[in-house]
Amino acid sequence: MSGSRDGARGAGRRRGRGERAMVPDAEFTSYYGRPVLNRPTWKPLDIAGYLFLGGLAGASSLLAAGADATARPALARTAKLGAVGAISLSTAALVHDLGRPARFLNMLRVFKPTSPMSMGSWLLATYAPLTMAAAAADVAGRYRVAGAAATASAAALGPAVVTYTAVLISDTAVPSWHEGYRELPFVFAGSGATAAAGLALAAAPTDQTGPARRTAVLGALLELGAFRLMKRNMGLAAEPYEQGGPRTWLRAAEVLTAGGAALAACAGRRNRALTALAGTALLAGSAALRLGVFHAGVASAEDPRYTVVPQRERLAARSRAGES
Amino acid sequence: MTDDVAHAAGHTDPPPRMGFFTDTTVCIGCKACEVACKEWNAIPEDGLELTGMSYDNTQGLGASTWRHVAFVEQSARPAGGSTGHDDVDVFDAARDLADSPGGSEMRWLMSSDVCKHCTHAACLDVCPTGSLFRTEFGTVVVQEDICNGCGYCVPACPYGVIDQRPDDGRAWKCTLCYDRLGDGMEPACAKACPTDSIQFGPLEELRERAAGRVAQLHAAGTTDARLYGEDPEDGVGGDGAFFLLLDEPEVYGLPPDPVVTTRDLPAMWRHAAAAAASLAALAVAGFVGRPR
Repeated sequence: MSGSRDGARGAGRRRGRGERAMVPDAEFTSYYGRPVLNRPTWKPLDIAGYLFLGGLAGASSLLAAGADATARPALARTAKLGAVGAISLSTAALVHDLGRPARFLNMLRVFKPTSPMSMGSWLLATYAPLTMAAAAADVAGRYRVAGAAATASAAALGPAVVTYTAVLISDTAVPSWHEGYRELPFVFAGSGATAAAGLALAAAPTDQTGPARRTAVLGALLELGAFRLMKRNMGLAAEPYEQGGPRTWLRAAEVLTAGGAALAACAGRRNRALTALAGTALLAGSAALRLGVFHAGVASAEDPRYTVVPQRERLAARSRAGES
Repeated sequence: MTDDVAHAAGHTDPPPRMGFFTDTTVCIGCKACEVACKEWNAIPEDGLELTGMSYDNTQGLGASTWRHVAFVEQSARPAGGSTGHDDVDVFDAARDLADSPGGSEMRWLMSSDVCKHCTHAACLDVCPTGSLFRTEFGTVVVQEDICNGCGYCVPACPYGVIDQRPDDGRAWKCTLCYDRLGDGMEPACAKACPTDSIQFGPLEELRERAAGRVAQLHAAGTTDARLYGEDPEDGVGGDGAFFLLLDEPEVYGLPPDPVVTTRDLPAMWRHAAAAAASLAALAVAGFVGRPR
């Protein structure tokens, strides 16, 4: 970095190879360009995977309950199996990401409302068995009352499973995660809906997937709209979403989600292959979104600019307000 | 009362809140604090690298670096653009300094950084296992037999202090020598500091001493002197380890206006609840009217 005579003063540099800056470059100082924050140690595939699979599971539980209520047994079966599979994999990803996996049960040592991860652990510990009971009753074709109760309870918890992960990453000092805390739950809600709809479209017979098609379109609208709003409202912290690797992931997510939803709507119930393609695109789009959000946050933590400049602006605004 | 953190955390009849006041004006950058900390706490080696940026080869706080002496080399020249290593002619640079009025003024800023032991500590708030806890001295400590290495505290810290040790998997940071405090001793770094740049004591006493020192420096014409982290009204409720600095905090690698992330947590939960309700409504909308 700039280590010559200007020492720490020289780090206010231009960024972004040829890309349009969303916010005018601000002069700022740093300690030899070194980050203020420590880089998140979470493994991208584990944690982005955890966010994606949690969304897929939670929204699938909603589809399962809806399918049961409207007598669509094949859709219900797909959604129930999807929910239990996704939540099992997501739990495995979470445990795998621990520095000490053997101690994963320590997550249930305390009940701590100030820790979204603690609340999430309790949520998972309640929700996962419900999805198992729902799927098991469905596959076995027995214990219908218990199965229905489990399906309904899983559907009641499902939306929380989808959206709490936004709180999980927003509740950090990472600028591009924290500053999006208002809109990110809505982005994840939409993305979860498109993922669950995608799985249903890919795996369930087309004569029962009408609700999934509609869910895909509504979810895509929610996701894309909330994401736009988020980027507009978060100031400088929006920049990492528009650069480098995260930008690629998020463009891919946008194309796959919008394209998948459009294709699902157009293919209707006639074309099995096109519907399956649409479903696969929606699933991939949802996963790409989480990877993009994950990497954008890491990028914002690694550059002191995203920490220092907004805090400086805040201090300047406060002192202006104090003077007037 | 923000100094009553130990009481608020459930300790009955706690001792006064203890902390550090690091007066960087007398720091000579000897790094005795770094060495003493490593030795006393038996912290493993975490890289012997030459950064080339300054006399600072430690680089920053981390899982195996609980004291870090920042070393800033400044010329009095106004901030210019980025100056790399490659195209600098040192003779020209020296001539420039000699020619410009006041240009030969060059200064070294040294500051021993450490965990701030925040009044509102994000690491402690977000820890899902209860491994991080508030001691009777008002400090924040990791219980290593509890930590399961979830890594949540790492991005939560607004100062970039706590980190995960890669081979070990658990999170580590300064304990303010909890073991020594229990025996009425001062932390190893403060004990080793040859200039008393690192001062240890009851926080209230340290704040008084720091205010006096700033007044003294201002009277002597060092108007740049300012305290960092001593204000109980700041975004983290004040630090248990605060500093006297001679330049803006970010010059030393410190955030200028840190805020504990959990301050916004109630709002986050509200937004997540609204989003969850929207998702449920969306799902209902997906099924009404028997879509084909």
